[in-house]
Amino acid sequence: MSNWEGLSHAIKGTLTKGVAVRGGLYRPAPVPMHIPDGFLSTPVALVLWLVAVVGIAYALYRVRREMDERKVPLMGVMAAAIFAGQMLNFSVTGGTSGHLLGAALAVIVLGPWAAVLVLACVVGTQALLFQDGGLLALGANTTNMALIGVIVAYAAYHTVRKLAGVKPWGLPVSGFVAGWLSIVIAALGCALELALSGTSPANVAVPAMGSIHILIGVGEGLITAAALALLYASRSDLLTGQAPATGGRGVWVAGLLIAVVLAVLSPLASTHPDGLEWVAEQKGFLDAARSAPIRVIPDYVFPGIPNEAVATILAGILGVAVVFAAAWLVGASGRRRSSERHL
Amino acid sequence: MHVDSMDSYCARASWLHRLDARIKLILTLAFVLTVSLTPTGSWPTYVFLYSLLLAATVASELSLGLVLRRGLVALLFVMAALPLLVTTAGRAVLPISVGRWSLAVTASGLERFLSIAVKSWLSVQAAVLLTATTRMPDLLVAMRALKLPRLLIATVSLMWRYLFVLADETMRMLRARTSRSAALDGRGGGSLFWRASVTGAMAGTLFLRGYERSERIYNAMLARGYDGSVRAATQRPLTRGERDIVVVGLVVLASVLTLGRFVG
Repeated sequence: MSNWEGLSHAIKGTLTKGVAVRGGLYRPAPVPMHIPDGFLSTPVALVLWLVAVVGIAYALYRVRREMDERKVPLMGVMAAAIFAGQMLNFSVTGGTSGHLLGAALAVIVLGPWAAVLVLACVVGTQALLFQDGGLLALGANTTNMALIGVIVAYAAYHTVRKLAGVKPWGLPVSGFVAGWLSIVIAALGCALELALSGTSPANVAVPAMGSIHILIGVGEGLITAAALALLYASRSDLLTGQAPATGGRGVWVAGLLIAVVLAVLSPLASTHPDGLEWVAEQKGFLDAARSAPIRVIPDYVFPGIPNEAVATILAGILGVAVVFAAAWLVGASGRRRSSERHL
Repeated sequence: MHVDSMDSYCARASWLHRLDARIKLILTLAFVLTVSLTPTGSWPTYVFLYSLLLAATVASELSLGLVLRRGLVALLFVMAALPLLVTTAGRAVLPISVGRWSLAVTASGLERFLSIAVKSWLSVQAAVLLTATTRMPDLLVAMRALKLPRLLIATVSLMWRYLFVLADETMRMLRARTSRSAALDGRGGGSLFWRASVTGAMAGTLFLRGYERSERIYNAMLARGYDGSVRAATQRPLTRGERDIVVVGLVVLASVLTLGRFVG
């Protein structure tokens, strides 16, 4: 290791976890997503605690119902494996390294509900013993990593797998997408919670957390894809058991709900001009813009409604409906075409 | 790595160490909640809360330096709140110019940033005290007594037992990789893709070993009479004195909070 690496290694060791050198357990904070105490306002923290408790309770219910008596040793050891796996790293460039959160791998091997419990145990133990994330903020961290991360990874993995069909690239690509997306969306959730608490304004937190984790997520995605390849080669029976029984209806219902909620929240969006408009104002060519010949819903404001917030929401919901219908038609025609090919 | 490497300070016999784990857990959570509810900038309250922590540190016979050092972990994350210094509206105290933008550190921004730092630091120290004076099995039993689900507690206790075994395996894999990589300074050779796939193979191997180990553990549990139901040893109820300690602690924290909100 170069001098700089050695120094940063030592600094990380003493500063990150107090138990760094003793017993040799060195665990640098892999993904800077564990929110410490004091960062979230109490109402936000308590609401997220409630969300985490409800999510874990439901996961417990599903696990008790669906898994047999092997669940306790299986989940316990897999939690230990994920905890230990978070120590794995590989150098991305000179000083930085990629790490593993493990939500996507856990989902693919264990299924969504067991993965929720396993990740919740890992996050809780990290908070309690390593002070990696606060105790009051534990609800928020659990929601981000064990609930959001797992659900996103589950949806992404099965969606991409279905899209790929039997093609050989389906497995590693779906693993990559699941790993990458779980990190990015969980980080955006974290940024949103910081913004709602007033700790970090949204226009700072979201771009900062988002951009860092878009890069970190690449490491997670690559590790997940490679791990899946190994699991497929040695024990592919572990990978086949967890596909959703129905046609993944839950995925698009949830997605539709999220889109509608975001449309309703759209009046909260920033009124600042976007990148292109800002540059146009600065450079003085904003006036060169010509308006479109057909104006249906100009500027995302539904015409004819006096309240601008309601008009924006209505425009958003209409847009969601149109895009959804278009995507449905494309998917339906694709299905018809492929079934015709089989005849 | 031994399971006691985390619990290195838990075997002592100070008053705080001997206190029942349930009391310590309840009071730690109440302390963290109190810290969180204390309004920004009420410095006398923070000082009083720290004095409570100091009293607990003395009662635990741990070195103050140890608790302070482990509490410094919080300060790293506090850096994430730095933008607050310049984005909170208020009286400008320290103008700074970054490139073409001129920002100013405001008084209220400074107050908010320092409050977050102090609150974070107080909460982390409370957690440090809890984990340094309580063994993990006792802590899990205390959580069971506070009605956490048995399945969750059983999973955490198994995870705790096998964490060190699997961590040792991971360390061995990392050492093996280093010794076979003829690593250039910091990079490890090969392309990014190759390094990632090697690490992914290590992760996959770790998962596989964990999975197959869990199958062996399940057979061992069956051979010892496991029937699928998770049982826990019954715990003696808290004595009168212990319940009084909890009540006194909660009352003290509640009064600190009320005074803090209305006076500080």
